[in-house]
Amino acid sequence: MSLPPDLKSQFPLLSQTINGHEIVYLDSAASSQKPLVVIEAMNNYYRTINANVHRGAYEIAAQATESMEQARVRVARFIGAPSPNEIVFTKNATESFNLIARSWGGKNLGPNDAVLISDMEHHANIVPWQILAAEKGFELRWIPLTPDGHLDLSQLDQLLDGVKMVSITAMSNVLGTLNPVREIADQAHSLGALIAVDGSQFVPHLPTDVQELGADLLCFTGHKMCGPTGVGVLWGRSELLEAMPPFLGGGEMILDVRRDGFTPNELPHKFEAGTPPIAEIIGLGAAVDFLESLDMNNVRQHEIELTDYALRVLNERYGDEVTVHGPINASERGGVLSIQYQDVHPHDLSQVLDQRGICVRAGHHCAKPLMRELGLVATARASLYVYNDTDDIDALVESLEPAGELFAR
Amino acid sequence: MPGLEDLYKEIILDHYRNPRHRGELACPPAHKTEGFNPLCGDEVSLTFELQSNVVRELLVIGQGCSISQASASMMSAAVQGKSVAEVRDLTRRFKAMMSIHETSIDPQVAPSEHEATFELGDLEALKGVVKFPVRIKCATLSWNTLLTGLDDLQV
Repeated sequence: MSLPPDLKSQFPLLSQTINGHEIVYLDSAASSQKPLVVIEAMNNYYRTINANVHRGAYEIAAQATESMEQARVRVARFIGAPSPNEIVFTKNATESFNLIARSWGGKNLGPNDAVLISDMEHHANIVPWQILAAEKGFELRWIPLTPDGHLDLSQLDQLLDGVKMVSITAMSNVLGTLNPVREIADQAHSLGALIAVDGSQFVPHLPTDVQELGADLLCFTGHKMCGPTGVGVLWGRSELLEAMPPFLGGGEMILDVRRDGFTPNELPHKFEAGTPPIAEIIGLGAAVDFLESLDMNNVRQHEIELTDYALRVLNERYGDEVTVHGPINASERGGVLSIQYQDVHPHDLSQVLDQRGICVRAGHHCAKPLMRELGLVATARASLYVYNDTDDIDALVESLEPAGELFAR
Repeated sequence: MPGLEDLYKEIILDHYRNPRHRGELACPPAHKTEGFNPLCGDEVSLTFELQSNVVRELLVIGQGCSISQASASMMSAAVQGKSVAEVRDLTRRFKAMMSIHETSIDPQVAPSEHEATFELGDLEALKGVVKFPVRIKCATLSWNTLLTGLDDLQV
């Protein structure tokens, strides 16, 4: 089994030319492109059933509600969640982490506690904890890295001492490293800690089952998995979410409001204040359908093969002139390639690539503590998804040499 | 490379490959000011010595893309021996050149005669950066850093 060969044709944006070149989109770790079915699903909502949800008794309001709740069911199934009521729609993974920190952390963390994160976290899983730590006085602790770009778990037991929450990424957005979430979860649980997982880079690319992962909470975002921007997900175990106080207050998240207070709504609505991004949620449901139609095992296999090809071709052509950060084995990593070529600055490299229609991200990738650990200020990152093929890799590889010539010192 | 000539002019690449006035002065008597571009991680550290409000010497260390480092090098060459007032004036003009809002919203406001005749010299080569808006911050980093340093000294 493999992915359909004409997949690119299902993504309207990818038929464009940029600077006279066919677009080569290699920035899916930042945001993926959207297949026509997702764009159409959102379009259809606005054209035929646009109405607010969970309110009106009229036909289109009922259809809008039904479509949105269907999307919740699909997302739940997609990540192996036992119940759709455990799926909370947020704005993005960042908001999901802020929700966890504010709601769970606000209630459960104090001066003698610790939260354990890692050196390869995205700012979304760092800053919400830092903000809260400044208020509550708990310790924020970091799992260090091994030289080959894995988490160094040799001291995990000591690191877990006094920890109430472990919050780590399942896959690094800079190194591509796939982390042993299950192993960490088991150890955390045995010492009485909970574990929240950043699935932003994992869920779009690998088959996900929250129960197999052993996670208590999982955050991810819609726009990196063929869905639209503006919708993210927080999954949590029912009893955990039940025990957490509301995050944002307002409409929808209440059962009753009186002068002397309010009664929060049931899950998941307790955490969904205000009118939700209805079209986006429906679009995310369509994205999940699309990915399921491809089979996530095929998606993973495709990315292993393409990553392996990229690592091989880069090495054959450029040898030591090119460095790809992170694990060298494609089976231990996702399709995220942070590249250093000669001493060309990533920003200059991406500019030259742009001239050839190649889209890569240059910068610190919202992971500044990691960049400091690596001794880098920035990398040029090429990241892969279902629509990429070996032609895209070849275009990237071809373009490094002229960039090197232009900036040779 | 076709399409990139406006950005990567030969003089810019020359400053990038052979940066002028690299190094660090002892502080004190020199003053130090540092700037960062959070977007791409460019860093610049300037040390400069003032004598009767004239920049006696300014040295640069830093790392970053060709535009940020070339701009710092060109700036270091441009400000040596200039009075603080002249440096501030030059900075203002350079930043005006780097503004993407080139044409005023109000057609009545014409550029002053002084500005129209002002010579930016080699710095003109950086004008092409305006066509690549995400790179403007790279070009203005060292200038903003120097401005902060002067402001801190209240000169």
